[in-house]
Amino acid sequence: MPKWFMPLLGVNAVMFAAAPFLIARADYESTMGLVQKIFYFHMPSASMFLLSAVVCGIASARFLFGGSPRQDRLAYAAAELAVLFGAITLVTGPLWARKAWGVWWAWDVRLTSSLMGWMVAWAYLLVRKYGGPGSDKLAAGLALFGMANVPFVYISVNYWRTIHPKTSVVPTLPADMGTALWFSFACFLLLFTLLLRVRVHLEEQRAKLDTLYLSLDE
Amino acid sequence: MQPSLIQATRRRRGFGAQAPTRRHRAVVCVLLLLVACAPGVAQQPQPQPQPAPPAATDEFVPISQLPAQDQLPAAPLLVTAYAFVWVALFGYLLSVGRRLTKVQREVDRLESDIARGTRT
Repeated sequence: MPKWFMPLLGVNAVMFAAAPFLIARADYESTMGLVQKIFYFHMPSASMFLLSAVVCGIASARFLFGGSPRQDRLAYAAAELAVLFGAITLVTGPLWARKAWGVWWAWDVRLTSSLMGWMVAWAYLLVRKYGGPGSDKLAAGLALFGMANVPFVYISVNYWRTIHPKTSVVPTLPADMGTALWFSFACFLLLFTLLLRVRVHLEEQRAKLDTLYLSLDE
Repeated sequence: MQPSLIQATRRRRGFGAQAPTRRHRAVVCVLLLLVACAPGVAQQPQPQPQPAPPAATDEFVPISQLPAQDQLPAAPLLVTAYAFVWVALFGYLLSVGRRLTKVQREVDRLESDIARGTRT
């Protein structure tokens, strides 16, 4: 692992420890009250979910058309992070919705397209695990669909009638709410970078292990 | 027939127009004024309704009679959401760490085997 990894992991841990204080200090939203504070972890995790899908898609495209194993490893790592951050998004969202909307789930465009993106990420991992020879390219094709879904998820709230808050909410946040949100966002972005790095390192070690076994067989 | 008698007969039978008196003019002016002002009066802003006093000043409503959504406490949902985030992130970190340690150990073992020129 690179030298910067452990210090940055420490910084990230301190940031995550400080985030609840900023979130607690932010004003309550007038209609939703306390439960709206889920937003400060929900929105950054959703952003990391979409970012993971984009990284996975771009790396898969480069692997498909360039054949670089390094890009394949990056795509595999990003797909796993898409599942992780997607799970956080899809669990925290309904917990918020239960109080704010009165239901756990609505077949709203934003929610449904997010669920589809998450299932595509799962499909990628399952194909990689159980697909046998050639599954890396099959999974890379799936990742392209996962990436194509990302803009659809993002703009869905602005183009269709929906009960989900629109994208215009974030730029209009008051200072204390904005500070808490962007601090949480920075926490999640740094965590995403660190997790991606460590997960790619794991794939590198696995590739090294395969090479070692091959060299033993020869 | 004398003229005064003719005029009296016409007035009684409703023939001919009476000359408007000053009193008639005043009544007509007031009516016209009212009609002219009516739209303006109608368009005047209605007095703003006073904000309703809190329901609790009229009657006490037990929380059990509120809709289910309003009865739901927010804190357990918030705590569950944040707990899930922490558990998921820590769980994933542990999982990656465990897998990495296992692979690293295997790599070290194979490298040492290769270095010794033996196969286990």
